[in-house]
Amino acid sequence: MSEQRPAGAAAADRLPVLKTHKVYVGGRFPRSESGRFDRALGPDGTPIANICRCSRKDVRDAVTAARAAQAGWAGRTAYNRGQILYRIAEMLEGRSAQFETLLAAGGTAPDEAAIEVQAAVDRLVHYAGWTDKFQQVFSSVNPVATSHFNFSILEPMGVIGVLAPESPLLGLTSAVAPAIAGGNTTVVLVTGSQPLPATTFGEVLNSSDVPGGVVNVLTGRSDEMLAPLAAHRDVDGLLLCSPDPDVARSAEIEAVHNLKRVAVRPHEDWTDVQSPYEITDLQEVKTTWHPIGS
Amino acid sequence: MTDSTPSAGTAAPKLRLGGDDGWGYAPAPESTDHVELRDRYGLFIDGEFVDAKGGRTFETANPATEEKIADVALASDADVDRAVAAARRAYEDVWSQLAPRERGKYVYRIARVLQERGRELAITESLDGGKPIRESRDVDIPLAAAHFFYYAGWADKLDYAFPGRGARSLGVAGQVIPWNFPLLMAAWKIAPAIAAGNTVVLKPAETTPLTALKLAEIIREAGVPPGVVNIVTGAGETGAAVVQHPDVDKVAFTGSTEVGKLIRRALAGSGKHYTLELGGKAANLVFEDAAVDQAVEGIVNGIFFNQGHVCCAGSRLLVQESVADEVISKLKDRMETLIVGDPLDKNTDIGAINSRAQLDRIEEYLEIGEAEGAEPFQTSCPVPERGYWCRPTLFLQASQSHRVVQEEIFGPVLAVQTFRTVDEGIAMANNTPYGLSGGVWSDKGAKAFRVTSRIRAGVLWANTYNKFDPTAPFGGYKESGIGREGGLAGLHAYLQPERAA
Repeated sequence: MSEQRPAGAAAADRLPVLKTHKVYVGGRFPRSESGRFDRALGPDGTPIANICRCSRKDVRDAVTAARAAQAGWAGRTAYNRGQILYRIAEMLEGRSAQFETLLAAGGTAPDEAAIEVQAAVDRLVHYAGWTDKFQQVFSSVNPVATSHFNFSILEPMGVIGVLAPESPLLGLTSAVAPAIAGGNTTVVLVTGSQPLPATTFGEVLNSSDVPGGVVNVLTGRSDEMLAPLAAHRDVDGLLLCSPDPDVARSAEIEAVHNLKRVAVRPHEDWTDVQSPYEITDLQEVKTTWHPIGS
Repeated sequence: MTDSTPSAGTAAPKLRLGGDDGWGYAPAPESTDHVELRDRYGLFIDGEFVDAKGGRTFETANPATEEKIADVALASDADVDRAVAAARRAYEDVWSQLAPRERGKYVYRIARVLQERGRELAITESLDGGKPIRESRDVDIPLAAAHFFYYAGWADKLDYAFPGRGARSLGVAGQVIPWNFPLLMAAWKIAPAIAAGNTVVLKPAETTPLTALKLAEIIREAGVPPGVVNIVTGAGETGAAVVQHPDVDKVAFTGSTEVGKLIRRALAGSGKHYTLELGGKAANLVFEDAAVDQAVEGIVNGIFFNQGHVCCAGSRLLVQESVADEVISKLKDRMETLIVGDPLDKNTDIGAINSRAQLDRIEEYLEIGEAEGAEPFQTSCPVPERGYWCRPTLFLQASQSHRVVQEEIFGPVLAVQTFRTVDEGIAMANNTPYGLSGGVWSDKGAKAFRVTSRIRAGVLWANTYNKFDPTAPFGGYKESGIGREGGLAGLHAYLQPERAA
């Protein structure tokens, strides 16, 4: 097993130090409270690492962390959120080689792996730039027919549950970046066949001034984690990145309990899934009235 | 003179207008003789009024007199099928082919005829639903016309709806509306839908179908192509048939959170578009630096407008402890001046409760509030013998766990709580599954905007309450709904963005 681990080429006389892939919750790297594990497999089915098989208790803990971080993150200035997203891009760029290796170990062809890492970095830069602009494009001052100052602004929905797409790095960043750019915090369920880029992306986030709890990354199985996340009363929205209509449907039914907003992204190719509407789909419109008078 | 001058420590006698002390208002009833109402109304399908298949009907009555007004066709599943088929044909063959400019002109025509027939519609609304003529005349009908006028202008400007994207209509919209603002809700639903190029099947509430059917007459009068707007009357089963119809592309519902959740569940996995405008339990926060007299007017308007049959009603008063006694004392005095009675009388402040069922529900909450330990206060105004009435009511000393604080009553019943700090007030305001609206009263601008920004609700009124406008998006956070109506956000609810060519 160790020979296949994506730890880089080791000198013949040196035993490589292998990484324990843990989850990322509240700015820390715990293991699953359940103590269970799954194996991440290479393209030929060979195990390449152990990953945490998170439980519904882990989901609840992650929601608690996301909620705790939400008001603070939403309260950051748009400028500051933009700088932090840009910082994530910088950290990812610096770790390009590591991510290329991880993607290749999961079966992505080396040249495609390089392209995917670059695209993920560029995506983060793109949304870093939107943080202080989408409000200008999509909010409004409303010309009401009475003597009132009336405006509608966008506010983050709050805590967003994200079912991460199969696309292990570009899909992941394409889903998470617009959610947090708009001031939401997230609980990200990584259930695809290549979880290692996601667990390592937690390390990128942790070194990018992203406050703990803004992005929480859990690994495990969709059939164990998605229902408790979708039903959780303290989650405000769901971003379901799955082409499987049954997955979306069952999560949507769980989401009815507290009328979570649900956005479904069935894409398998995430190359073009980039627009400010990815941000606004996870925002609420708030209209405020105030009289104009003396 | 000296004897009647109030001395220090003695409260001045309260001047009450409208009582039996010689200051009462003479009745000022609105004339109804120019309003034509038929004994029997059919469904409006494909541009024609038709009987329901099987000829089933139900009665609509005047809640102020309990007298029947008309028999109205009760649409079955088969009738809804007919209506959806007509809407689909109209969408494919006519409405989606029409030049946007021409589509807009039809919608403008509807707005104009609504204005021309405004008084007739206001009287009909008050007869069928019980709301005071002052409100139907000055709020419901003018706003309904304004919605059509506003959205008419969007019809040929859809390229500007989504920056960087094109826009296309969705198809057939199935729409279900409540009984509290019958014509206005029909306008909120129909105007953006058809201006954006969709066709609709609308179901009005069973207790208030008449103004929607008059709107159908107006739509026909305006020459709108048959099938673009279809109106099917009936109760919950008809509504269920509309929202669950497989050939409906978009569902728009205004009503209770309970029914909204059933609809949302039914739509799960369908990929259909939907907007839900559901219940509320809004907090109206009065801070110690508020202009108290204005705040009292705002509290009264917030909860007693339209008998409290308002999803965004300010049904929880949160008043800062230091001014609570003054605010509550002035509020009680102001409430004593409110006139409950004939909806068609121009002096009336609070009309009839919409139905026997709703009155039963309100009265149940009056019992619950008292049983749970809140302190009731009700004004002493006379109410008519026949009809459904509820005097304006307070529950003082209410606490967060009381059902009259947590649950939507949809009547003229206000739960009153106090708070000490700004943070406590905000926390109490947000301590509800609802998030439709909220009110803030403070003369400190910085505080007012801090509070509005921290209340999790879709519409915030600062130093005002219950204001509406077609340009201003309206809709809820949390369990108060999904999506917005009004403004550009309300147009988005009837469009799909697509990549520009």
